[in-house]
Amino acid sequence: MPAVEILGLEKTYSVGFWRKRPKCALKPLHLSVEEGEIFGFLGPNGAGKTTTLKMLMGLVFPTGGSARILGLDVNDPQVKAQIGFLPEQPYFYDYLTAHELLDYYGRLSGVSGKGLSSRMDKVLERVGLRDVKGVQLRKFSKGMLQRVGIAQAILHEPKIVFFDEPMSGLDPMGRREVRDLMEQLKQEGKTVFFSTHILSDAEALCDRVAVIHQGELRAVGAVADLTAGVQGKIELVWQGTTVPASIKAMVVECHVTGDTVRAVLAEESQDLAVDALRREHLHLVSLVPVRTTLEQYFVEKLKRAEQSAGSMA
Amino acid sequence: MNQRITCIASNTFREAVRDRVLYNLIAFAVLLSGAAILVGQISIDIEKLVVINLGLTAVSLFGIIIAIFIGIGLVSKEIEKRTLYTVLSRPVRRWEFIVGKFFGLAGTLVVNAFFMAIGVFAALLYVAHKFQKPDGWVLVALYFIILQFLIICSLALLFSSFSSPLLSAVFAFSLFVIGTFSEDLRNFAALANGPTKWLATAVAYIVPNFSALNVISSVAHGQPVSGQLILYNTIYALLYTSTALCGAVLIFQRRNLK
Repeated sequence: MPAVEILGLEKTYSVGFWRKRPKCALKPLHLSVEEGEIFGFLGPNGAGKTTTLKMLMGLVFPTGGSARILGLDVNDPQVKAQIGFLPEQPYFYDYLTAHELLDYYGRLSGVSGKGLSSRMDKVLERVGLRDVKGVQLRKFSKGMLQRVGIAQAILHEPKIVFFDEPMSGLDPMGRREVRDLMEQLKQEGKTVFFSTHILSDAEALCDRVAVIHQGELRAVGAVADLTAGVQGKIELVWQGTTVPASIKAMVVECHVTGDTVRAVLAEESQDLAVDALRREHLHLVSLVPVRTTLEQYFVEKLKRAEQSAGSMA
Repeated sequence: MNQRITCIASNTFREAVRDRVLYNLIAFAVLLSGAAILVGQISIDIEKLVVINLGLTAVSLFGIIIAIFIGIGLVSKEIEKRTLYTVLSRPVRRWEFIVGKFFGLAGTLVVNAFFMAIGVFAALLYVAHKFQKPDGWVLVALYFIILQFLIICSLALLFSSFSSPLLSAVFAFSLFVIGTFSEDLRNFAALANGPTKWLATAVAYIVPNFSALNVISSVAHGQPVSGQLILYNTIYALLYTSTALCGAVLIFQRRNLK
């Protein structure tokens, strides 16, 4: 059974004051997230990531389709007890202390008594806020609020955690800590579904990612699978100071350092290039495939989407 | 009451108590009670009348202002600040949120009214030196004031569930003012003809009948309040409040939290 199953979920808003016109925020989305995986939901701002998350949380009602979490409808209260949610740029009741806030959320999740008290201490320790648990949230920095947000999302030990832009507002250390926490959650057998536009985080963490743009799903898969088929480039390194004339036209990128030349070429030019180096008696040092980063894949994907949208127009 | 409603209600109460505006309003109420004593001292033989009138009017007015001031933001503020997202993503039903908020605000007003009432009775004792049997009717007037609070709270919540705080304040305050003159509106409807009569009658029955819930003047004159009026007013206030709350729940159930 998938942890999250999205079956044609779509959302169209009515915009305008007098003359209402439809604005599509999410085109029918089909997606499945398996239990125990870290799933990244990627897309630029306004792509439809938050709308999708809000529909999964029952905060926004879909205009079509449905979604199931752990096999149950998303609005089933039983589901809500099994999930944790961190909204984007969270804001909490600032008149409460971190301890009071967690106590409130714990009770709303059906946890109380000694169990709640020990969980609060544990979770505050885990997000590094144990020493400030008695301080009102209005005195907290943005990063500290983000940590409180994470604490409230995992307080009731949910099976699935949804994070909307969890790294936003965090310094590099904070981002690292959140990444570690997500990995720990995975090790504990929890499913983590998080949206982000920070691609390096997704690349470092995710078992699988989905790319969404202009409300439409563009790709789903493991990061390695997605990035494998995009570029197909190789990097050749040889001893020398010149590039043979026969392969000059094939070289995409070239750097000469001392007596070493480093050139990037299309994968299909590999044999021709190696032959040319042999003919010129140049010593080949290495030949490695260029690994495409998720960011390159992402940019490529969005460019293509914009180009096809442009040609349609 | 279930744990989630109690939890939301107590958090709403806590927010109000920690809100400095609330403290200021209490201070103003205390000041007004002080003024009542002062006026009572310079009035001849009508000290009690003045103290009861001024004291109870202050309790009512400050309570209504607090109810509107806090009530209008109960839902809209939570949406605006996105604090609602982490509440409704838990096993909390939307109706539980509305009911919890209502009880939280109503509880705040009852506690507030309780302390103000102590001030009124203290002022009464100060000017009359002892309590008399008719002073007990002041408690009935206070009970009616609390019923008014319940109605205003539910209306503020109703408006807060679909409009901005500013518009909610305008709607709630307008209904309070029209409701205060609902008896006059009914008299006008009885005298009018044609569409005006229909319109005036409809408005008179839709707006809350705060005239019937205002017995301050008669209580100040030591006149008793009939048991029938107490019963009718209780039933009326509970029905009106429940209807407004149901409306708030129905609207909120369908609302997209963008």
